Amino acid sequence: MATTHTRSAARLMMAPSVILLFAWMIVPLGMTIYFSFLRYNLLMPGMEEFTGFLNYSFFLSDPAFFDALTNTLLLVGGVLAITIIGGIAFALLLDQPIFGQGIVRILVIAPFFVMPTVSALVWKNMFMNPVNGLLAWIARSLGFQPVDFLATIPLLSVIIIVAWQWLPFATLIMLTALQSLDEEQKEAAEMDGAGFVSRFIYIVLPHMARAITVVILIETIFLLSVFAEILVTTNGGPGTQSTNLTYLVYAQALLQFDIGGASAGGIVAVILANIVAIFLVRLIGKNLEA
Amino acid sequence: MARKVSTKRKLVMTAIAWTLGLLIFFPILWTVLTSFKSEGDAIASPPVFLFFHWTTENYTEVQSRSDYALHFWNSVIMSVGSTLLGLLIAIPSAWAMAFSPTRRTKDVLMWMLSTKMMPPVGALIPVYLIFRDMGLLDSRIGLVIVLTLINLPIIVWMLYTYFKEIPGEILEAARMDGASLAKEIVYVLTPMAVPGIASTLLLNIILAWNEAFWTLNLTTSKAAPLTTFIASYSSPEGLFYAKLSAASTMAIAPILILGWFSQKQLVRGLTFGAVK
Repeated sequence: MATTHTRSAARLMMAPSVILLFAWMIVPLGMTIYFSFLRYNLLMPGMEEFTGFLNYSFFLSDPAFFDALTNTLLLVGGVLAITIIGGIAFALLLDQPIFGQGIVRILVIAPFFVMPTVSALVWKNMFMNPVNGLLAWIARSLGFQPVDFLATIPLLSVIIIVAWQWLPFATLIMLTALQSLDEEQKEAAEMDGAGFVSRFIYIVLPHMARAITVVILIETIFLLSVFAEILVTTNGGPGTQSTNLTYLVYAQALLQFDIGGASAGGIVAVILANIVAIFLVRLIGKNLEA
Repeated sequence: MARKVSTKRKLVMTAIAWTLGLLIFFPILWTVLTSFKSEGDAIASPPVFLFFHWTTENYTEVQSRSDYALHFWNSVIMSVGSTLLGLLIAIPSAWAMAFSPTRRTKDVLMWMLSTKMMPPVGALIPVYLIFRDMGLLDSRIGLVIVLTLINLPIIVWMLYTYFKEIPGEILEAARMDGASLAKEIVYVLTPMAVPGIASTLLLNIILAWNEAFWTLNLTTSKAAPLTTFIASYSSPEGLFYAKLSAASTMAIAPILILGWFSQKQLVRGLTFGAVK
């Protein structure tokens, strides 16, 4: 029923969002690329000059970059491992017939709705503080020396906080996938004598493969840009021990005012994220056709 | 067909699930409890769980320490404002893509999605400098613009998946029965589109309320929403656990409530329809 008339109307209706998003994508990205080739420091206005790839070679050869890259990968990998294994476990548990299932599900997904600055500060002060934190009290009452989480194992502490925030998301997606599994198929396998483990490996896991892939890709996109949790807990420290790529670029730009260097870092982050994005877009695109 | 499960097994599973569920929920519960303690009770060792002197003084003190109501209001304005603005821009385009799709519709959708995947640090520096030069730093209007843009792809996508489920035949049937375009929109389309629009609205308010990259970088004081305001507690002054808890409880309560209503939409909205 698409006539020329409705088609041009459709184009007109799409124009605002397409134009806005195009501008939002192209203008900042273009400027960041442009800045990344300049020597540009906010403390030395008017001294901007073209430096070619110098910012990139400085940024990439800075030991902080290597630390940040490692930390970024550890943070993404660590949180993914915890949330996926935990998410599958919780989904299996919530899929069982239990009393008060709805309430337990609400309890489990609640952390997702807590704003990042709140969860980070609550964990930092009320749980991980070596003197007044609850974990320190538990350690002391069990006769151990309390751990100063954010000073001695900063990255792991950030991973724990972020994993707590993302576990609900993984659980919810896994549960949605699990509930669409054909009950009769499981029953048939059970009657044929398949135990819990083989049912899980041969029926449940393959059925959830898609959901797991979606969780990995979507979480990766968000986790590459973890920022608030680091800002309010460790400020990237001690040293660069909990600095990720996002935080490094932020620090270089807004704390050291090195716009050129930070822009080069921003472009490196964009390239990294794009590698992940290509896979995600393909996966969702395939689903759109089906 | 539901399988018969022994009561014993069900009880064991219930116990395990409740224990783990409460464990995950505990930090939130602890925050809420601490918000009703005195600062002394908040750091008591051994910790006090329920039997302490309940007080609401923290809530009043949080307000007097800094204008909490202002930051709360900023959060409301920026999350609701950016969502409504986003819907206004997104509804026509999602509508067009769902009801008069062309060969390129899919490409447009995928491209919109890809803009969401650009890490914010790739845009931070130019946006910061542009905002500085235009006087938009620490302004509500600036924040609303940025939040609208970053959530626009999700809004379009969610609306598209909902609109796509409205059968086109119904529209044709209405047209054949002689309904005018205005009547078609008011009596046929709107009632079918409202649930999808409402879910999109809900999820987006949640996402905007909790956004903590742009809000932290672009606001400092007068336009600061709760994310930025709470971050100011990272440099402590004396005893502050109870006050931090009170400020946090008020910041997360509205969203927890909204969130519980939108569990289903959450999956759909955040997976771009890939998992339903």
